[in-house]
Amino acid sequence: MSTKVLMKGNEAIAEAAIKSGCRYFFGYPITPQTEISEHLAKRMPKVGGLCLQAESEVAAINMVMGAAAGGSRVMTSSSSPGISLKSEGLSYIVGCDLPCVIVNVQRGGPGLGGIQPAQSDYYQATKAGGHGDMRIVVLAPASVQEMAALTAEAFDIADLYRTPVMILADGALGQMMEPVDFSVSSPRSLPEKDWAAKGHGGKRKKNIINSLYMDPADLERSVHRRFARYADIKDKETRFEEVMTEDADIVIVAYGITSRICKSALNMARSKGIKAGLVRPITLSPFPDAPLKKAAESAKHFLVAELNMGQMVDDVKIAIDCQRPVTFFGRTGGMMPSPEDILEKIEDIVKSL
Amino acid sequence: MTTKILLSGFGGQGILFAGKQLAGFAMHSDYQVTWLPSYGPEMRGGAANCSVIISDREIGAPQVSFPDVLIALNLPSFDKFEPKVTPGGLLIADSTLIPKATERTDIRAAYIPATGLASENGLDGLANVIMLGKLLKERAIFDFDKFCNYMANSIPASRASLIEKNQKALSIGYNYK
Repeated sequence: MSTKVLMKGNEAIAEAAIKSGCRYFFGYPITPQTEISEHLAKRMPKVGGLCLQAESEVAAINMVMGAAAGGSRVMTSSSSPGISLKSEGLSYIVGCDLPCVIVNVQRGGPGLGGIQPAQSDYYQATKAGGHGDMRIVVLAPASVQEMAALTAEAFDIADLYRTPVMILADGALGQMMEPVDFSVSSPRSLPEKDWAAKGHGGKRKKNIINSLYMDPADLERSVHRRFARYADIKDKETRFEEVMTEDADIVIVAYGITSRICKSALNMARSKGIKAGLVRPITLSPFPDAPLKKAAESAKHFLVAELNMGQMVDDVKIAIDCQRPVTFFGRTGGMMPSPEDILEKIEDIVKSL
Repeated sequence: MTTKILLSGFGGQGILFAGKQLAGFAMHSDYQVTWLPSYGPEMRGGAANCSVIISDREIGAPQVSFPDVLIALNLPSFDKFEPKVTPGGLLIADSTLIPKATERTDIRAAYIPATGLASENGLDGLANVIMLGKLLKERAIFDFDKFCNYMANSIPASRASLIEKNQKALSIGYNYK
């Protein structure tokens, strides 16, 4: 008997958060991610947790900061315009070294944009989540199963390195249903949160959680400490999937829902005798440079496909040191390419080889 | 073996529900499956369609641009998607709402007045399930009895009165000549 359940990606994230011990959720509704708060509004009271619809995204992210400072597992979710509103709070949370999980089920932009799937917040998520010298960990699921699995991972990574972790999904992954098996999970052993401000009855020195440093030397030291952690994360947490790259002349690089479309195109290309392969970054930050660098030794050409005007394509060029030509193909505004569109690009590249 | 199914009609006809029943039963039968809805800001009304892919191996793109099976419940859906059915594919149209037939000779077509049959049998709102019954008849991807049981089990106990209606609708579609 299968333990699988058929669920929307949004619901899978919400249920995985509950199963990971998240007991606080603060959010504000926005399409296409509202099923996350809908599910948590039903489930949280049953497990003794709190799901609160805040008055705005700004309020929600600051509630996340408070709950994280108290040592609790906490999550917020939104879609593109709402994430922009959370940007200031996110930077404060980084400055305070607090763990939390933020979900962005992306839609088309800029501005209010549209409500259909997009990947146009890649720069924002990986380069400019907030002001200051900062990074966050960004995980990019490509299936409903991964929406669940990476949410569980996100809570562990957040706690282990005291950093916000973002799940960067999109409207298609959020709205589609696939089977999910929640029994596949391997929680890590994690250190005590001895830094949390959760009351001490006068038995120890008080914990202060703060992002303000009046002495620039102190601030520089705190940023350096944090960047040392980022190096550690890059070392230990970088994740990717490779498909048929060993003999590939053309390597496609795509993440999230686009990687699914590219996999279909890849199979079509292979059946026509074209040696194509795929590298799918699962962590977008840290970015998986190594498999791309390795692929560049034998591949002749790279094709980057995204639901935007070309954002991750920069990271691919940096990873391979511009040693091979890189073609970009994207749709934006909520439009999705078909596998046939990607195949056409692959065939164009074949002609140029 | 991969089957790509597109269900399409107006919002409120139960397009997404019918797709979910197919996807749920496919999962229950240990297939890989994806269900992707078209989504908009409205709760009801407008156009609705959903892509269901059933396969025995990993599914890539979840959207169905060229369906092997098209289930059309209104005229705009027929006009938009009938030309895209893959050669050798199957079209099932609700002939109460779609007053025309395909001119293509490279696909198989089945016509069933699902909305009319639903009304005549006191099953308003279940034209979608009648269409599923017709699908089970026309394309033996699933066993009728097993599917019927699955539907019964997937309806919560609090809405038990719906079980019989759904099963009746399914068999009307299955037995329609």
